[in-house]
Order: sequence, then structure tokens, then C-alpha cells
Amino acid sequence: MLGTALLGATSGAIGTFAVLRRRALVGDMLSHAALPGICIAYLIQGRRDLVGLSLGALATGLLGITLVTILRRWTRTKEDAAIGIVLSTFFGAGIVLLSRIQQMPTGNQAGLNTYLFGETAGITRHDIWLIAGVATGCLAVVALLFKEFQLLSFDMDFASSLGWPTLALDLVMMGTLAIVTIVGLPLCGVILMAALLILPSAGARFWTNRLGPLLVWSAAFGGMAGVMGTFLASPLPTQWFGASWFDSSKLPPGPVIVLSASAMLVVSLLVAPRRGILARTFAELRLRVRIAREHLLRSLFELGESQLPERPFVEESALVSRPLWNQWTGPWSLGRLISKQLVERQGTMLRLTPEGLAAAAEVTRTHRLWELFLVESARIASDHVDRDADDVEHMLPASLIRELESRLAAAGRLPVVPQVVPESPHEL
Amino acid sequence: MLLAQLTSWESMISPVAERIVLVGALTNVACALVGCYLVLRRMSLMGDAISHAVLPGLVLAFVFSGSLSIVPLFLGAAAVGLLTTFLTETLHRVGRVPADASMGVVFTSLFALGVVLLKRYVTGIHFDISCVWEGMLSKAALETFDFGGWQIPEQLKTILPVVLLNLFVIGLLWKELKLSTFDGPLATSMGFSAPALHYLVMALVAITTVASFEAVGSILVVAMLIVPPATAQLLCDRLARMVIVACVFATLAAVFGYWLAVYWNVEPAGAMAVVAGAMYGIAVLFAPKYGILSALRGNLQTALRILREDLLLMLYRVEEIDPKRRLKPTEARSAVGGGLLAWWALRMLRRRGRIEFREGTIHMTTDGRWRAARLVRGHRLWEAYLVKHLGLPLDHVHAPADWVEHYLAEPLRERLETAVDDAGRDPHGREIPG
Repeated sequence: MLGTALLGATSGAIGTFAVLRRRALVGDMLSHAALPGICIAYLIQGRRDLVGLSLGALATGLLGITLVTILRRWTRTKEDAAIGIVLSTFFGAGIVLLSRIQQMPTGNQAGLNTYLFGETAGITRHDIWLIAGVATGCLAVVALLFKEFQLLSFDMDFASSLGWPTLALDLVMMGTLAIVTIVGLPLCGVILMAALLILPSAGARFWTNRLGPLLVWSAAFGGMAGVMGTFLASPLPTQWFGASWFDSSKLPPGPVIVLSASAMLVVSLLVAPRRGILARTFAELRLRVRIAREHLLRSLFELGESQLPERPFVEESALVSRPLWNQWTGPWSLGRLISKQLVERQGTMLRLTPEGLAAAAEVTRTHRLWELFLVESARIASDHVDRDADDVEHMLPASLIRELESRLAAAGRLPVVPQVVPESPHEL
Repeated sequence: MLLAQLTSWESMISPVAERIVLVGALTNVACALVGCYLVLRRMSLMGDAISHAVLPGLVLAFVFSGSLSIVPLFLGAAAVGLLTTFLTETLHRVGRVPADASMGVVFTSLFALGVVLLKRYVTGIHFDISCVWEGMLSKAALETFDFGGWQIPEQLKTILPVVLLNLFVIGLLWKELKLSTFDGPLATSMGFSAPALHYLVMALVAITTVASFEAVGSILVVAMLIVPPATAQLLCDRLARMVIVACVFATLAAVFGYWLAVYWNVEPAGAMAVVAGAMYGIAVLFAPKYGILSALRGNLQTALRILREDLLLMLYRVEEIDPKRRLKPTEARSAVGGGLLAWWALRMLRRRGRIEFREGTIHMTTDGRWRAARLVRGHRLWEAYLVKHLGLPLDHVHAPADWVEHYLAEPLRERLETAVDDAGRDPHGREIPG
């Protein structure tokens, strides 16, 4: 569990850069391209030695990355196709070598198979030390080159214009990625290693917009996925909760780790503040409610405008026949306005309260200021501005309103007291 | 060695070999057909993604239908293929996850789900996961049915309809697919929904993937979806040719891959992927228009032309300053940077009759002098133009003119002359030759 947590955290942090560089699938390619290296190392050594196999995997992995870079730069092949070509060809070569090894008299390829599909249960103390060492090394590299990696991830051209060795930095970045992938392979298998690189950082991206916190979130997600997955796939939950329906003995740990990470991603997608779906839906709903309210207030203001400063009663049917009336949100927002005492109702007659009048005047003023701006500055015909202003009026910040006022006042288009609503430039 | 070749040649033309190659080639063609659209749409890795993501679909189809018959498997796979596409797009659009990351998220999660489902519900049957990777091409040789006296492999029953389906859909919607592949928004604005066509392609990919799984395994599917079309893309500029060439390469990969597999006694599917990769490598190097070697040759030719022109320009200027002076070849070579290229450029000038060597020095021929004058004229006209119309200071115009002089065609020189109109002098006061 410690091993998977460590591995998850490291790959989460390193994978962040890959995802930011739009190279999420390089991890997938790396873990496929490692196979021929493993086989070659096995053929050379003649036995299963973890370090040797990892070095072989690393060699072909780096070769694969180099090839992808060359293909993308020098040929017509696009990056996605280049990744796919290297991935499938290398893996094909690996399969060929593997079936070759199977035929050898000494060919005990069981050890090689775990490289492909992963064996979390088989983590030894030695492996944990190895992972811990690699994790420390990679995190140290990230910490040392944080500034460089940051710039490289967001503005490669700027980095090279500063005279930084972008190619070398890129290779270092990809190299750490390769090392983490290769170390994780025998524990997680090909696909799941690719997932561990992508999922935590994709989930973490919902929670923050800054790189430093992003790395921390991502490492935390990766670590948590490792812990959760290993826990769920171990016999412990059945023992602890006595849940007989939950038969964990049939759950392979690797996929469960991935599924835990995807679950975290889905939760992040839903509930994250600001970027999450719920937060965004809520914000949009609030905006819609505000728009409906402002439209109602303006309609009421314009209906009674001819009799200002009196506050006349208007028929509800007159309000309903206005173009701004929305048959879905209208009745509800009207009820809200009445309960907030901005509008008062007597039978079928409606009237703005004094507070309502002030609010409605404010809304109408914004609308007309924008209309006047469009007429004056954008030279749009006065009968074309109403709809445009309808869209924009709710978004205008107070500072912009003040600027519009001063401009229109300077042009002599405003009455002297700016609180007064200017006349509509078109027929109502 | 010879013996090994003989045996392999014999096994190459045996009925067993014919069957295996037939199944392999048809599978590869089926993949290459849809693969062309994947590569052109820059969705190549969608093939990889779908070929992994269909696993839960296969498992669920198996659990619900209780059999390994092909129709439920197709339906399950196509459904999950479409689901993969849909989830990827949704996560990208709604969740604002980068496109490649969202693809990675979706297919790894679905694959993990598939593995979990497999372990939980499918215990009765033997499901060898390595057969998913490597396929069971050799099965083609063993399971056959009799068709008019010929022994036809069982697997053709699934592969052949898929090839025909792909051909049918691509043939029927040729224009629409082409348009939506190269210009999606235009296709949508003309009334062919690009998203719908996109989903159609993805459904075809999913069906092709599943049909090919049994025969060649997932890794060869990915290889055949991407590699032959990418090879064809290096060789062709037209979609129809690209599709045909991709199919030809896919077939060749099957034939040579099998040959290699027999020769080395290894897994045919892996060998086919390797052969396809090797053919792509050859195309990368030697493609006439987009190959690396032809690009290098083009660069070399341009470099040599520029060196030749620099040499002529220099000889002309030396003569202009001191009409008596003649350079030695070594002096001339080192003046343009020296090295093998300079030597070669000088040699080309002599062989083309632009210069002659007399008494160890270089003399321009009449033809050479005329060409040099034209180059100098371009150079000085450009300098004059920069000074007059762009207002550059005098000491800033030589370097840009040094670049541009090699690319000024005669019509442009004439237009420069009218634009400059400077009584035949460049800004440094030197004569512009006529």
C-alpha cells in the first residue's frame, strides 16, 4: 500500500507536466515501448533482474520518445499518429521478441509477463526502497527545475527566446516521466501506468489554476488512489465492515487503483469550486435569475415611465404582453420581486414600490446607456440597439457605467443629473 | 540458412499459409480503410483508445448473452466505442480537460472497469489476456469450413463482412466523409453534420477493432489503424490514392509479416506490426516528396546554389574593386566558408562553364560574368529599395540583401528597378550593373 501510494503520488506530480504539455498519451506510448527493451535486456542477461530489465525498458522508452520528436519535426506525420506508430511498432517488436524468448530452452517468461500486467501484491521491501528513491529523485528534479518546467509547460517559445536550452529541458522532463513509468510498470502494468500519469492531474486541474498547488493536488490524488485501490482490493474491507456482498478477493488491485482515480476525477468534475459542473451550473442559474428579475423591473419601469414621478398601477396582462416577458421564469421572478417588496400587487394591478422604482431606474439606465453608446460610438441604427443592449446590460460593471455616463455627458447626450434615466433612443 | 529459407518458402505457399495471410490481409485492409480517416482527423490514438475501451463492452455482452457469438459482441463493442467517443468529447467540452488527456482518462478507466468486470463475472471460461494482445492468427489455419471445395477459414465470416461494411460506408459517404475530415465546420454549414459523421467513423473503428481482435489482437489493430495510413500519407496528396495505397501496404504487411514470422518462428501478429513499422520507416526516409532524404537533398541543393551564387558575387566584386586581381581557388573557398560544400560548389561552377582555372587562379567566363552581374544587380537593387522605401540606415541593408539576392526572380528585379529608379547607383554609391 505504501508502494502504490508513493508511486501514485510521484506519477501524479510528474504526469501533471505531461498533461499540461498536451502529451498525456506519451505515458501510454512509453509503457508500450518498454516491452522490446525488457525483452532485449532479458536476452542479453539471460535472467530476470529488475534493474537490468528496467534499464532496457528505459532505453527503448527514450528511443521511442526521440523517434516521436523526430517524426513530428521532420515529417508530415502529426504527433498523434507518430505516437501511435511508435507505440504499436515497438510493442509488436516486443511481442515478436517475447515469443522468441518463449521458445528458448531457458525461457521462463513468467517474470516478463508481470511486466505487462502488473503485480501489486508482489511488491517487496526492496521495491519500495527503489520507488522511494526514484520518487525523491524525480521530485528533487521537479523542485530544482520548477521555474524552467513551469515556463516550458505554458510558453515554450518564450522559454527558447530567453535562450534556455528547451530541447534539453524537454528531454529532462520526458526522462523523469520515462523513469517513473518504467519503475511503475512491473507494479501496475501497461495501461494502468498510463492511467496513473493522466488521471490524478486531470482531476487536480479542477481545483486550482496555479502550477504549485496543482502538483500538490495531483500528487495527493495519485497517493490517495493508490491507498484506496490497494485497500479496496485487499481482504481488509470485508473483515472490517463484515460486508459479505463486497467480495474483494476477486478485485485486482491495479484496475481498482485506476477506478479510484477515475472516481476522484468524476467527483472533482462535479463538485470542484469554480470549475466543477455543479458550481458552474449554479452560477449560471443565478445569472439567469438575475437577468429575469432585471428584465421584469425594466418592463415595469417602461410601462409607467410616461407618468413619472407618479408610480402608476399597470395591468399584469400589459406586462405579460411585453417582449421581455418569459413565460417560464416570469411568474416566479414576479413572485420573488413581490416578496422582496420591490413590487406591490393589488388584484391584477402591479406597481413598483419606491425601492423597486430606484432599482428599476438603475437597470433601465444601464440598458439605455449601452444603447446610447452603441448609437453614438458604434454607429448602429437606433432601432437595432435594443436587443444588443438586452444581452449586455446585465454584465456591465459599475466602472464601465460611470465611464459611459461621463462620455455621454461630455457629448451632451445626458441630462445634467446623471441619476436620471436618459430617454430611450427608440420607440418603446 | 538456405535450408531455413527453403522450408519457409514452402510453408509460405502451403494452404495453411494462404489462409493465415488471407485472414491477416483482410483484417489489415479493414483497419487501414477506417484508419485513413483517423490519421487525417488527427484522432489516431482514438484507435488505441477504442481498442482498449471495448473490453467492458465485450465482457458485458458476454455476460448478458451468455455466449461468445459474434453479434452481441459487435453490439456491445460498438456501443462502448460510441460511449468512449462521447465521454471523451464531453469531458473535453464540459470538463475543459485537454483533448488528449480526456481520451487517456476515458480509455484507461473503461479498460480498468473491463478488467474488474472480467475478474468478477467471467470465471467459467478461459479468457487468456495475452490472446487479446497477440491474437490467434494461427487459429485461422485450423478452423475452416468447406466452401465449394475450398477450405475457407472460419474467421473470414467475421472479417469479410466488416471489410465490405467499411467499403460500403466509405463508398456511399465518400464526399461527405472527405469534406468533414478536411473541413468539419464547412461540412456542418453545408448540412452534413460533422459530429454525426465523426461518430459514424468511430462506430466503424469500434466494429473493425472487435472483428479484428480475435484474429490479430489489439496491438496489431492499433498498428494497422495507424501505420499503413500514415505511410500512405507520406506518399500521396489525394484521399482516394491514400486509401488505396494504405490498403496495399496493409496487405504487404500481412504477407511479409507472415513470411518473417515463419522465418523467425515467432508470433505473426507482432511480426506484421514490425513489418508495417519498417515500411513506414522506409517511407519516412525515401518518400519522394515528404521523405527526410528528399528534404535533405532539397536543402543540400539550395545550399549549393547559394554557395555558387556567393562565389560568383564575390569574384565579381573583387574584379570591380581591382580589375587586375584574380583569386586562387583556396582563397575563394575560404571566403565563402570553406569546407567540402565550397569545394563542390566551385567545381560545379567550373563544370558548368561559369569560371575557368588559368595559372592557378580563377577567371570568370563571359557567361559567368553575366550571371554574376545579374546577382549583383539584384543585391544592389534590394539595398536601394530598402533605403528608399523602408528608410533603413546604410549599414543595415547589406545583410538582408545578402539573404534576398538568391531569391529575386527577373520580374521582381524589374519591378524593383522601377520602384528604386536611382540612376543606376546603389546606396553605397556603387554601380548597379545593367
